Order: sequence, then C-alpha cells, then structure tokens
Amino acid sequence: MTIMVGQPLLSLRGIGKAFGKNAAVLEGVTLDVEKGEFLTLVGPSGCGKSTLLRLIAGLIAPSAGTLSFPAGRPEIAFVFQEPTLMPWATAAANARLALDLEGVKRGEAEARARAALQRVGLDGVAAYPRQLSGGMKMRVSIARAMAVRPQLLLMDEPFAALDEPSRQALNDDLLTLWREDGMTVVFVTHSLYESAYLSTRVAVMAPGRIAALLPQNPPAQRDESWRLTAEFAAAAGRISAALKGKP
Amino acid sequence: MKALRYSLPLALGLAVLLAWQIAVREARLPVYLLPAPSDIWAAFLADFPSLMASLFATLKVTAAAFLLALVLGVMLAVAFSQSRIVENALYPYAVVMQVTPVVAIAPLILIWVGYDRIELALVLIAFLVAFFPILSNTTLGLKSADHNLIDLFRLYGANRWQILWRLQLPGALPHILGAAKIAGGLALIGAVVAEFVAGSGTATGLAWRIIEAGNRLEIAKMFACLALLALLGIAIFALLSALEYALLRQWHESALEKQD
Repeated sequence: MTIMVGQPLLSLRGIGKAFGKNAAVLEGVTLDVEKGEFLTLVGPSGCGKSTLLRLIAGLIAPSAGTLSFPAGRPEIAFVFQEPTLMPWATAAANARLALDLEGVKRGEAEARARAALQRVGLDGVAAYPRQLSGGMKMRVSIARAMAVRPQLLLMDEPFAALDEPSRQALNDDLLTLWREDGMTVVFVTHSLYESAYLSTRVAVMAPGRIAALLPQNPPAQRDESWRLTAEFAAAAGRISAALKGKP
Repeated sequence: MKALRYSLPLALGLAVLLAWQIAVREARLPVYLLPAPSDIWAAFLADFPSLMASLFATLKVTAAAFLLALVLGVMLAVAFSQSRIVENALYPYAVVMQVTPVVAIAPLILIWVGYDRIELALVLIAFLVAFFPILSNTTLGLKSADHNLIDLFRLYGANRWQILWRLQLPGALPHILGAAKIAGGLALIGAVVAEFVAGSGTATGLAWRIIEAGNRLEIAKMFACLALLALLGIAIFALLSALEYALLRQWHESALEKQD
C-alpha cells in the first residue's frame, strides 16, 4: 500500500503583517496546514493569533509573504470569540445566513440550518438571540458555520467567554463535529489546557512568530476522564514549557 | 401599580382643570384675559367644523413633511454609508441646513414656491426642520454595524447591497425609529412655524387659526387650538412609539424593559 503524501490544505510562506506604520504584528510566519488536522494556535494576548486567522480567512491581506491553498480554495467558515449573531433574526435565520447570501433556495437553506442547529444540540430555532444563554448563542454561531459544510473551520477563541462546564461541553461537541465531517480546524486559544485537549498539533506563538510546532497524540475518543491522566498533564506541560520559551 | 400609572396623571389633570375653573369664576376674570375650561370647551364646540378642518390641514402638512424627511433622510444616509465622497461633499451642507434657523429661510421659500402653492411651501419648511435628525441618526446607525458581522458577510460572499439590506439597515432600525419620534414632533413644529410665517389669508391650519383668534381677542378659541395642537403632537408621538415597539419588541434591548 502506498501512502499518498498529499498537498497541504493551506500553505503560508514568510507571512508578515503590519497595520499602518505600526510595528509588524506578524513576521516571517511559515506553516503548512494539513487536510483533516486540528491545529491550535496558542499564545499570549497580542501575539498575532487572531491576525493570522483573519489572514487565512482572507479578511485581511498579508503585507509580506504568500498564502495559498495548493489544492484549491476550500469552503471556509469562521467563528468569532463573540457569538456575533444578528439580534433581529431568529436562531434559524442566523444559522441560515451564509446560505441566504449564497442564494441557496429557501426550503433547502431552512432544512440545512435546522439540521446544523440540531447537530449542536439546539431545537428552539424560533428563539431570538436575546432569549438564549451565552453557551447557546455560541452553539448558534457554530451551527451557522457548520451550515456551509466547511472544509476549513477557523475559530477565534470561541469559548473564551464561557463558563467552564459550557466550555468543556462545547469542546467535546466540536470534536464530534470535526471527526464526523473530516474537516480541518484551525483554532485560536490562549488556554494551553484547551489546546492540549483539542488538537492534533499545537502551534505555540510568541509575539509575531510561531515559536514551536508540537504534534499531539490524543486518544481518538476522549472525554472528561482524559483530562485527569498523566498523558494529558505531560501534553499540557510540553505546551506550557514552549509558551515560556523553554526548549 | 399599572392602574396608578394612568390614573394618577389623569386625576392630577382633572384637579388642575377644576381649580382653574373655580379660580376664574371666583375671581371673575374676563374671558379675553383667561377663559375658564368650560369657555374653551364651548368655543371648541362652537367652531368645531372649522377647527377640525384646520386640524386636518395642519396634520396633512405635518404628515407630508415627516414622510418626505423620513424617505429622503434614510436615502441620503444610505448614500453616505455607500460612498465616503458623497458624504464628505454633502454632509457640511446638511449641517448648514440644520443650523440655519428655519424661520429665517421660510420667507424665501414662500416667495420661491409662491403663495398660490402655499401647501407645498409649508411642507418644504416643515421638512427642513424634521430632516436632519433622520439623516444624522440613520447615518450613525448604518455605520454602527458589527464589524465582525461585516467580515462574516464578506467571507460568505455578500455584495454591498446584501450587507446594506440584511445587516446595516436592520441594525440601524432602532436609530431610525428613535429619530422618527423626534422628527414627528419637529415636523409639527415646522408646520406651525411655516403657517405663522405664511400669515393670514393663505394657510388654513391651526397655527393660522391661533393668529386669527388672537387678532380678534378670542382667547378661548386660541386655547382650543393650542389644545388640539398638543393632542396632535401626543398622537404623533404615541403612534411612532407604538410602531417602534411593534418593530423592536422581539429583539431590541430598548423594548425589553417594557415587557418585564
């Protein structure tokens, strides 16, 4: 059996980004994102994680370097730290947003949005955002992303503002979606425990650059109990050491 | 508590009217100085048909000016939100239009439009008073769209009209409705000012009735006209508040308190 070493989904070469005349936020970032991996960008506030994610999404352009999708541009979805819902629209209408913009027929869009909401555990599709808790709003936001059937899901500290139980529940639900759909996830967080729990690879960032790339080997099926193992503690320890700049 | 909210001001109003009635009668004040509420009511009944016609005339001017201000204000604000060049070129003139006292422009407008088309002149003057709050608030509302949502719209391939129609305009709705409440009252003020400037013999609205009654020392009739103007203002405000509540109650924070 031959193992095909495919092209990376995303290739970054010497990416730099500066806003106006300010000092560069990113400098010389080189990184390949493989298809199907769960990559976490972890680092202190202001190190350029979110900027890197926005560059990948094409929301901003790099000042230097090249960014390419060697196998063609995948379907991309983005989840922000805030749920970023339209307050005047119901959960269903929010989840349908991308489909409405693309001109998908109303019936099909509604069915896909409803299915996406059910996958994240929401049935109350007629509710307005103000009637939902923080965790439920974030679920609507994830459903909105899943409704486009993304090949690349970009998430910018999506669970940072949630309480710990909601955060853990959403971590597990996200892993289920990732496994079921075989999509690629690039996930920004400042929590090294979250990065250790979720990812197959961790990019530890120092201000403006990637300081270390740490492959992870978490069990395929992981739950709460895995957080208590020595294996998890060791993974978190390695990320922590890299964050502190130790080899 | 809810019953008290309405009955308290109502009771206070009735008490004041009663005290007013008794005081005027006891002091034997002449009706051309301060008429009693009963005199005002009598004047209202005596001139009912002509007062209603005047009320309708003022209402027509106010409504036309308000709708014109709403449509043009929102349209210009949309143009501002789509083009920085248009905004930079026109906004200073909108401000000039706002800060120049409209009473000073009114005679010019009357001459230009002509006394034979007095209603159009009145509408234009009232429009000038009501226009700016709509323009200014709507512009602010359109610019206040969540930047992350705009990014998301762009990521999902939205064009600028989809962003305007699906994101900016719904988001600006609370601003537009808030401005409409202000503009509704201002349109009425503008209509009254315009009628005052136009003077007698041309306009037929309530403000002109006030001038006419004043010239004839019919003070009770003046009060009757004033009361009608106040009621008209309250009705406009109540109508626009109801519209605001109907459109925002599902989702906006401002409508939330009323439900709780």
